[in-house]
Amino acid sequence: MSLFSSANKEVLTGPLNLNNPVVTQVLGICSALAVTSQLEPAIVMGLSVTVITAFANVIISLLRNTVPNRIRIIVQLVVVATLVTIVSQVLKAFAYDVSVQLSVYVGLIITNCILMGRLEAFAMMNGPWESFLDGVGSGLGYAWILVAVGFVRELLGSASLLGYEIPFLSDCAFFHNGMMTMPAMALIILGCVIWAHRAINKE
Amino acid sequence: MIKEFFDKIRPHVEEGGKFHAFRSLFDGFETFALVPNTTSRTGVAIHDAIDSKRIMSFVVIALIPALLVGMYNIGYQNYTLAGVEAGFFEMFAYGLVVMLPKIVVSYVVGLGIEFVVAQWKNEEIQEGYLVSGMLIPMIVPVATPLWMLGVAVAFSVIFAKEIFGGTGMNIFNPALVARAFLFFAWPTWMSGDKVWVSTSSVMGLGCNLPDSFTCATPLGDAASGIASTVSPMEMVCGLMPGSIGETSVVAIAIGAAILLLTRIASWKTMGGVFLGGVLTALLFDAVCSPENMVAHLGLNHLWLGGFCFGAVFMATDPVTGCRTEKGKYIYGFLIGALAITIRVLNPGYPEGMMLAILFMNMFAPLIDYCFVQRNINKRAKRVAKR
Repeated sequence: MSLFSSANKEVLTGPLNLNNPVVTQVLGICSALAVTSQLEPAIVMGLSVTVITAFANVIISLLRNTVPNRIRIIVQLVVVATLVTIVSQVLKAFAYDVSVQLSVYVGLIITNCILMGRLEAFAMMNGPWESFLDGVGSGLGYAWILVAVGFVRELLGSASLLGYEIPFLSDCAFFHNGMMTMPAMALIILGCVIWAHRAINKE
Repeated sequence: MIKEFFDKIRPHVEEGGKFHAFRSLFDGFETFALVPNTTSRTGVAIHDAIDSKRIMSFVVIALIPALLVGMYNIGYQNYTLAGVEAGFFEMFAYGLVVMLPKIVVSYVVGLGIEFVVAQWKNEEIQEGYLVSGMLIPMIVPVATPLWMLGVAVAFSVIFAKEIFGGTGMNIFNPALVARAFLFFAWPTWMSGDKVWVSTSSVMGLGCNLPDSFTCATPLGDAASGIASTVSPMEMVCGLMPGSIGETSVVAIAIGAAILLLTRIASWKTMGGVFLGGVLTALLFDAVCSPENMVAHLGLNHLWLGGFCFGAVFMATDPVTGCRTEKGKYIYGFLIGALAITIRVLNPGYPEGMMLAILFMNMFAPLIDYCFVQRNINKRAKRVAKR
């Protein structure tokens, strides 16, 4: 089977749109609400999850035939926890400010439903390359929702993007909407994203 | 004559007519102006002389006294604080020109969204916004900018009402959601000491006050530990700074009388709110330390802020409140108690009425469920005994 056969492409692009983990499967909502008050932590969080899902998928897929069925969850957790610790240390070393903003949510990637879901549903049954693509696809599917929500929240909540103030908008009170910086509004925006997504893809 | 007018337009908006897109608009205005004469043709139907559109109209009528006093109060505050002598009509006219744009914005935005949704879903236009559209401008501070009001109205109509299925389906009171949205989105515009008095002159009426001018509501004063200068008499008449419609207890009492006489609002809910408020206020008065000014307002709590307005016009909303008769007492009582508790115990929110009602809106179905279930159990036992 070639590396980018149509089946593999489907594995990669499915989670970006029709089978999106956040919008369609409604997983990982908690962290999506917590880290999206600004764009930068949202991007970093999305990339972290992508990296961890991809590599956890690869490792579990390599181990899948040797792991006894009864202890598979523990093995998965150990693998995920190792990866999360690595990512967390890397963030602390190279992007300290963002890791402070993300605080506990990097550690909580371990409990992210998307991650465990992909390991259980995909990596346990497929080869490493397919699993890698699936991990990247799911992670990016999660990431783009986070970025979309983070974009709206930062723009309307503090009139800036990635921490840079937008010159003309910042004088206008409309772009300092305190509600946008609260998790409650993130839930409503996420609801709107789901609404738009389902309106576009009527399946 | 009105009927002839509508009959003349009808062919244009019916299926295939030129203005079919405005069908819901036409339908809405026709049933607003005339009582619809369609009756059910099959089966047994119990007819009541009052349909929901009439109920809405009565609530709007009940709101008018509070609205008029609110307008007068806008002018009164402006002229008095500027130190300028003015007659009654000048004050009232100033209030009118300040208030009117808010009402217009509220109705245009809210009804606009309702019409669009009705047209889109191919339904009749729903009349629920008539009341909300009047309530929203009355529960915001005078200095709220019009665009802010428009955004809040759009938010509340879409997210508090239409996504739940429109009028009659909403969990939360749309007017209060609009206010809560404003309160959390732009807190500096909704509380504090700069927003309660209109400071600029409009169309040659009123006076310009300096930008640095501040004037807090009595509740806001108490929360920051300042003894209020407003006399009880002024509190009852409503000549104090506050949201537009909420200040005058007398005007609200007239509205309450209209609602109770026509049996549109439930006296059980209303009474419950006041009872809960009185008991909780007295309780805090008795047990709190003397430093907490808000706790020692005692019964003045009832005249201050939005307590009366909320109790009469918001808590009694038949859609978001309790429906079981016994549940209404509990629902009302808890609103009153919670409102005073939030005022006293949380210095960040000098006004607790809005949050208390929204909170109990959430619990109303649970209260109803408990009473219905209790009734079912009671009857089941009675049957079992036999």
